[in-house]
Amino acid sequence: MRDAPSPDRPVLQRTGAKDRTLAASASERSSRWLASLQIWVAIILLAIVFGSALLAAFVTPYDPNEIGLDKALQAPSVQHWFGTDQLGRDVLSRVIWGGQVSLFLAACAVALAGAFGTLLGLVAGYFGGAVDRAVMWIADVQFSLPAVILALVLVGAVGPSFTNIVVVLSLANWARFARVIRSEALSLKSRDFVLLAKLGGASPLRIIAYHILPNVLGTFIVLATLDVGLIIILEATLSFLGLGVQPPDPSWGTMIADGRGYLERAWWISVFPGLALMATVLSGNLLGDALRDRLNPSQRRRW
Amino acid sequence: MSAFLSVRDLRKTFPVSRGLFGKPELLHAVAGVSFDVPAGTTFGLVGESGSGKTTIAKMVMAADEPTSGGIVIDGSDIATHGKAERFAFRRLLQPVLQDPYSALSPRMRVDRIIDEPLRIHRTYSSKAARAERVAYLLDAVGLPASAAQRYPNEMSGGQRQRVAIARALALEPRLLVLDEPVSALDVSIQAQILNLLRDLQDRLGLTFLLISHDLAVIGFMSTQVGVLYLGRFVEVGSKETILSDARHPYTLALIASAVPEADAAPVTGEIPSPLSPPSGCVFHTRCPVATDRCRQEVPSLRQLKPNHLVACHFAETTRKETRNA
Repeated sequence: MRDAPSPDRPVLQRTGAKDRTLAASASERSSRWLASLQIWVAIILLAIVFGSALLAAFVTPYDPNEIGLDKALQAPSVQHWFGTDQLGRDVLSRVIWGGQVSLFLAACAVALAGAFGTLLGLVAGYFGGAVDRAVMWIADVQFSLPAVILALVLVGAVGPSFTNIVVVLSLANWARFARVIRSEALSLKSRDFVLLAKLGGASPLRIIAYHILPNVLGTFIVLATLDVGLIIILEATLSFLGLGVQPPDPSWGTMIADGRGYLERAWWISVFPGLALMATVLSGNLLGDALRDRLNPSQRRRW
Repeated sequence: MSAFLSVRDLRKTFPVSRGLFGKPELLHAVAGVSFDVPAGTTFGLVGESGSGKTTIAKMVMAADEPTSGGIVIDGSDIATHGKAERFAFRRLLQPVLQDPYSALSPRMRVDRIIDEPLRIHRTYSSKAARAERVAYLLDAVGLPASAAQRYPNEMSGGQRQRVAIARALALEPRLLVLDEPVSALDVSIQAQILNLLRDLQDRLGLTFLLISHDLAVIGFMSTQVGVLYLGRFVEVGSKETILSDARHPYTLALIASAVPEADAAPVTGEIPSPLSPPSGCVFHTRCPVATDRCRQEVPSLRQLKPNHLVACHFAETTRKETRNA
């Protein structure tokens, strides 16, 4: 009810209160604006990286493996935006092709690690008991081994083919999925709808597939987005150490390693693939954070 | 009068461990409960939290194994059921639980939620037949047909509880276990849901096992009422007897807390721990008329008149005594 201001109800005080609520909503709005800016920056950067990687054959100005010793170590110019390397190859073309290799590898590894980890997490969380203890024990083993060393040893043992690298990267990364999905499954299975499904005669497989899996998908997407960055870095590390993508195929890690010896004379050989790597991983993480906040506001900053 | 659901001397104990090295103690959640529910009637279980109501419901629904005692549903002892029999038996009996927010899968559309038991039990061969059944059920619980396309988070508590009831009815069960079906709902919605349940009972000939801490709900719905205290009955009788001629001091106290102008004083204090139940009559620690005899001698559940059992040494005089106390 809105009546005229009476003498015993000062008008000033009411406007003051109104201003305060306005200020609060303004700061809230600017934080929301920043959050959406974060998402858009991430999406645009990822679109550029993914787009050029997908269309590498059409957007690269030169053949990434075309050697021209007469053009070696040229600084960035109109002809070669990112300069040329010690063998005269165009750095921009190699960054784009390298992105295709790195992203495809990372996508395959995340998909494999995510599927494997989620499956184990669901089974461990739903069945509990000995299964749960066994799965979590193996996950702890994976956690306790540094990912780089684990990957190094495995690739050293089986050799650096594409499939091997994907499998090794997923073996070094599935446990995070398993652990987070397990804890979600654990809390979901005590909800009434799972009890009702059981009393309706649903099999464990059906309960996991229809009642638990759909409710962990949001978490899965967030984890996977954040994991892409980690895996790209791990792959670059392996390539840097010579156990990842093999030359002459370009990859960001190999390119950074190649340019190491020329840093004083030709910084662009290492810096541009490094920047591409950083931009991709950073925007992956920004997008992952934003997705987490959107999909599940109650779990902000939990992992 | 043959009972559709018959419970005989049902007991459930949980081992509770005391610290790391302590000997586990036994918690008697349900300590010997027997009752019969004739087809088409409602048996109301009333008691405070911790009295064992939900444990009994879980055992009746075969979600939990009894420690001892028997549960016979439609002439068949559920303890003897094999896997296939238990699966088939689930169709006879469906639950409606307290919290409609937790009872529906959040990422499942309403038609899928209601339809799921039909898929599991393969009762209908075609998709169209199932859709028809879902439409019928939505109508039966008073929801518009458009509700089928919605998700639980778009619905209110009362609407969700209607969906939960529709799902429970999908397989044409004969017994519904109603575990606090309205206690999570607004008072105005409670009456609607209770009326709906009574209406469905009349139309479909359902048998109800109703669990509630609310004597008003129990009184509105039940044919027969059992008052639970620390896992055992202190008084069993027809609804009329319990509401107007209760004899156990605990029942009288429950009525007093539900109806302010009643004679007896409302029950005070906390329910004792079922780990160490009081000696003699379990209610003596809170009873206004307890004597030394109550502290030593366990009162048996004895018949006061046809269809009225009371576990109190002084059942004949309690109505006068509590009034004076």
